[in-house]
Amino acid sequence: MYAFELVRPATVAEAVAALAEDGAQALGGGQTLIPTLKARLAMPEKLVSLGGIAELRGVTVEGDEVRIGGGTPHATVAHEVAKAYPALASLAERIGDPHVRNRGTIGGSLANNDPSACYPAAALASGATIVTNKREIAADDYFQGMFATALDEGEIITEVIFPIPQAAHYEKIRQPASRFPLVAVFVAKFADGVRVAVTGAAENGVFRWTEAEEALSADFSPSAVEGLSADSDGMIGDMHGTPEYRAHLIGVMTRRAVAAAG
Amino acid sequence: MPDGGIGASTKRREDVRFLTGKGRYTDDYNRPDQTYVWFLRSDVAHGRITKLDTSAAEAMPGVVKIFTSADFTTAGGIPAGWQIHDRQGEPMKEPKHPILAEGKVRHVGDPIAAVVAETRAQARDAAEAIEVDIEELPAVVDMRAALEAGSALVHDDMGTNLCFDWGFVEDNRDAVDAAIKAAPHVTTLELVNNRLIPNAMEPRVALGDYDQADDQHTLYTTSQNPHVIRLLMGAFVLSIPEQKLRVVAPDVGGGFGSKIFHYAEEAFVTAAAKVVGRPVKWTSTRSEAFMSDAHGRDHVTKIELATEKDGTFLALRSTTLANMGAYLSTFAPSIPTYLHGTLMAGNYKTPQIYVNVRAVFTNTVPVDAYRGAGRPEATFQIERVIDKAARELGIDPIEIRRRNYVTEFPYQTPVAVNYDIGDYNALMDKLIEIADVAGFPARREESAARGRLRGLGISSYIEACGIAPSNLVGQLGARAGLYEAATVRVNPTGGITVFTGSHSHGQGHETTFPQVVASMLGIDAGSIEISHGDTAKVPFGMGTYGSRSLAVGGSAIVKAVDKIIAKAKKIAAHLMEAAETDIELKDGRFSVAGTDKSVAWADVTLAAYVPHNYPLDQIEPGLEETAFYDPSNFTYPAGAYACEVEVDPETGVVTVLGFAAADDFGNVVNPMIVEGQVHGGIAQGIGQAMLEAAGYDENGQITTGSYMDYAMPRSNDVPNYKVDHSCVTPCTHNPLGVKGCGEAGAIGSPPAFVNAVLDALNSGGIKVDHINMPLTPSRVWAAIQAARA
Ligand SMILES: Cc1cc2nc3c(=O)[nH]c(=O)nc-3n(C[C@H](O)[C@H](O)[C@H](O)COP(=O)(O)OP(=O)(O)OC[C@H]3O[C@@H](n4cnc5c(N)ncnc54)[C@H](O)[C@@H]3O)c2cc1C
Repeated sequence: MYAFELVRPATVAEAVAALAEDGAQALGGGQTLIPTLKARLAMPEKLVSLGGIAELRGVTVEGDEVRIGGGTPHATVAHEVAKAYPALASLAERIGDPHVRNRGTIGGSLANNDPSACYPAAALASGATIVTNKREIAADDYFQGMFATALDEGEIITEVIFPIPQAAHYEKIRQPASRFPLVAVFVAKFADGVRVAVTGAAENGVFRWTEAEEALSADFSPSAVEGLSADSDGMIGDMHGTPEYRAHLIGVMTRRAVAAAG
Repeated sequence: MPDGGIGASTKRREDVRFLTGKGRYTDDYNRPDQTYVWFLRSDVAHGRITKLDTSAAEAMPGVVKIFTSADFTTAGGIPAGWQIHDRQGEPMKEPKHPILAEGKVRHVGDPIAAVVAETRAQARDAAEAIEVDIEELPAVVDMRAALEAGSALVHDDMGTNLCFDWGFVEDNRDAVDAAIKAAPHVTTLELVNNRLIPNAMEPRVALGDYDQADDQHTLYTTSQNPHVIRLLMGAFVLSIPEQKLRVVAPDVGGGFGSKIFHYAEEAFVTAAAKVVGRPVKWTSTRSEAFMSDAHGRDHVTKIELATEKDGTFLALRSTTLANMGAYLSTFAPSIPTYLHGTLMAGNYKTPQIYVNVRAVFTNTVPVDAYRGAGRPEATFQIERVIDKAARELGIDPIEIRRRNYVTEFPYQTPVAVNYDIGDYNALMDKLIEIADVAGFPARREESAARGRLRGLGISSYIEACGIAPSNLVGQLGARAGLYEAATVRVNPTGGITVFTGSHSHGQGHETTFPQVVASMLGIDAGSIEISHGDTAKVPFGMGTYGSRSLAVGGSAIVKAVDKIIAKAKKIAAHLMEAAETDIELKDGRFSVAGTDKSVAWADVTLAAYVPHNYPLDQIEPGLEETAFYDPSNFTYPAGAYACEVEVDPETGVVTVLGFAAADDFGNVVNPMIVEGQVHGGIAQGIGQAMLEAAGYDENGQITTGSYMDYAMPRSNDVPNYKVDHSCVTPCTHNPLGVKGCGEAGAIGSPPAFVNAVLDALNSGGIKVDHINMPLTPSRVWAAIQAARA
């Protein structure tokens, strides 16, 4: 780690002001950023901790929506949305280990947009809205490739709004070492159709599997996607799986997610 | 019999301090005015250093001194502790392993320079300011390619990457070739024993201190064998005589072999402390550990088993390439040779065996002993090829093993070792019972109903532990003896301190050894303390590895206690005015046989130190004895293991549902500790078989440089184990009749796991001969696809 200055603002406004300075970076739960700093792979001059900002924390369920503060840890989400949106709770419950779930935040996960992260799949499949200190961004516009998002420099995720689907499930197969998804699929069935988001598989990060969405919108059953296979072009190939394996898993995970969503 | 003697599952007394954060690990030691070192390590696998300019770095804040190889011109290289002779009788190639790179870097992580500064952060900052240019050379990574003509050379002056070409037993070579040629059936298997990164929970630490007043060096280090470090570093590297060098290895948080070896960082801090006149401390980061702790395994093997049609073994030939890495680590040459070749008989009476091992230098981290050290590599081949042979011949895997078990002891194998005792059929019987083999078909159906393939894998293993008879290993090339030493100091009021050369770094010696002494003396184990890990306190020691602590170190303690008892009886006889031969020691009292006269243990110990009424004309005051024990043979623990898995054929995911282990460790002193050792060993074996693999790309970069890609087993990767050690054939040649249990789990489990997965696939109609470890989902899925194609 290189030396840096740490500031702990109490409000979003103070945080935004602090982030406007050169070399400043937001610090959420630190579960991605701190290991990066320890490996000396980044050298921000100033870290602006969002951990002390009360308005960024918390979960509210209003009608057919769940609103989650950008600084809410995964463990809180797992606990608080268990009734309203069980598939989302189950996703949060399976991120990392207890330490990671109690430190890591939804805002940090979505801002980072790791191609193997869990939350992006939920946000995209749910058609969530990413709320920042200056605007609202539809999930369909938000994810822009591996580690790339629509966020501007210094922009803070303050809240994420999830429409609650009629049925949903998150099916994940773990990469054996990191236990991030090797491939995971979030299936969400709404009155106006089914959305299927895939994470862990593609070099460009989370994406919607539209063929499966069409088939499932017509018939929400595992057999509807039985013959479908994702294309291995653009899939990640590494020691944990070839592009072909990942493409194959997308089909398997989707079928299993639909079966479990019921 | 007092509480807590031999056979009691006494809770581990050391756990109180470990579990309450009171352990004293090397990093907890700090010396006044201490400095910190950061090593600038090579980020390329192979290259020539064309520029090394430390001037800018020297001007950085807090820098005390920057060292390069130019500061170590009079130091020796890091030595290898074992010399192998090749098939022609020529000694192995033994390149110099400098403390800091001399002109060339040979693996990612090879230290180039060392910055000593006031803080660790300052040292690291300055290290980044060192200007170093490296002309990259082609990296030697693949062992086969390394042996081809025209390959780049890890050590230019050697002219080859071959360290040695070893044949064992060389005289058997032609006979084995002929037997295989003539055999009715030959089963062949090519396999890889995957390279592992040891990952002890505590990373390595070394703290060097130098006292100018009396010219004394002290090294605090994370070591499994402080006396061995003192010997190797003092005699070969830094030329410091033993009486001027103290090595302390305090609480050590796991080693698994990786902390046996003498490392360059230890020599560096010891030497640098004198140069800078202040203590120098190094604490490895986890990332450094991946590229500087010696790795384990890394064999590429072809094994051929010749049999009759009825499965009777006729001959075995094993041909292995063993990776040495860039330099020879302390025990590296002995692992693929004498700790591997001698085990190739396994539990079986194969009449003819020949083992060929070619050890190869590559631009990778040195490879050395890792839990089991050579024996897992041997067992894996044997138990895998037997399973394949059973499938080819249509014989049940348990039956083919039974048909070939050694049943009469002592048994002289064709690979030098002589098994003193064992009962492999009894172990298999016990295994069948505890693994509920009879219930397996029903469990398989239940899995099938859920679309899963269930498999049962069996393995047997034998290992040679209690390392080792010094005269034998001396003939085989060891450069040290392998006895153990103990001093038993009885204090005036009767309490005891035992100084043992067996270092404890997780094995529970502080609990087990007092149990032995307590049983011998009939006193409470609570009044016995164990002291280890400090060359200034303990007379001598060869350390802890090879499941040798109780068998060798414990035997030394027994011999010292025998001497104590003999002397104490003389004192008791004097006190009671009786003949020495009439004195009996029972439950902590000395009595005169056939009378009601007795004196307590503490009366005798007090008399020894307050010799007012004492046979001074016959014996000296005091009650302290030292013994050295050199075993006359290895010990041969054995076992039968069963693993039950479920394979998801759609994803390739394997789940371990059950694991049963029937082991014969000879007599057991603390059953709970033995069980814990087996649990840990099996977890490590499942780790190797299912999850772990150190990867290198073609440029010699480590592709598994962190836990993001190097998969360690977690608690939910392993099942609840069923372990049994009730089949006991006591070792015939050590006083406790013990054999050692530390490595068994890691030796017997990988083949059981792999056999189970292959049983699941083949019995499910998916014909797969072998999958190389680790059997990750992607590899299993790929094998299924290949079989279906
Ligand atoms: C051992 C381990 C296992 C893990 N397993 C998983 C897993 O299975 N699945 C999974 O999805 N993730 C996993 N993670 C990642 C984890 O979920 C992280 O918490 C998450 O990726 C980042 O969240 P954070 O709050 O810690 O962000 P930080 O690490 O603090 O920050 C990450 C990035 O986001 C920025 N940032 C943080 N908060 C905000 C905000 N509110 N607005 C804008 N930018 C922000 C930071 O500037 C930084 O660039 C794992 C992490 C670890 C260490």
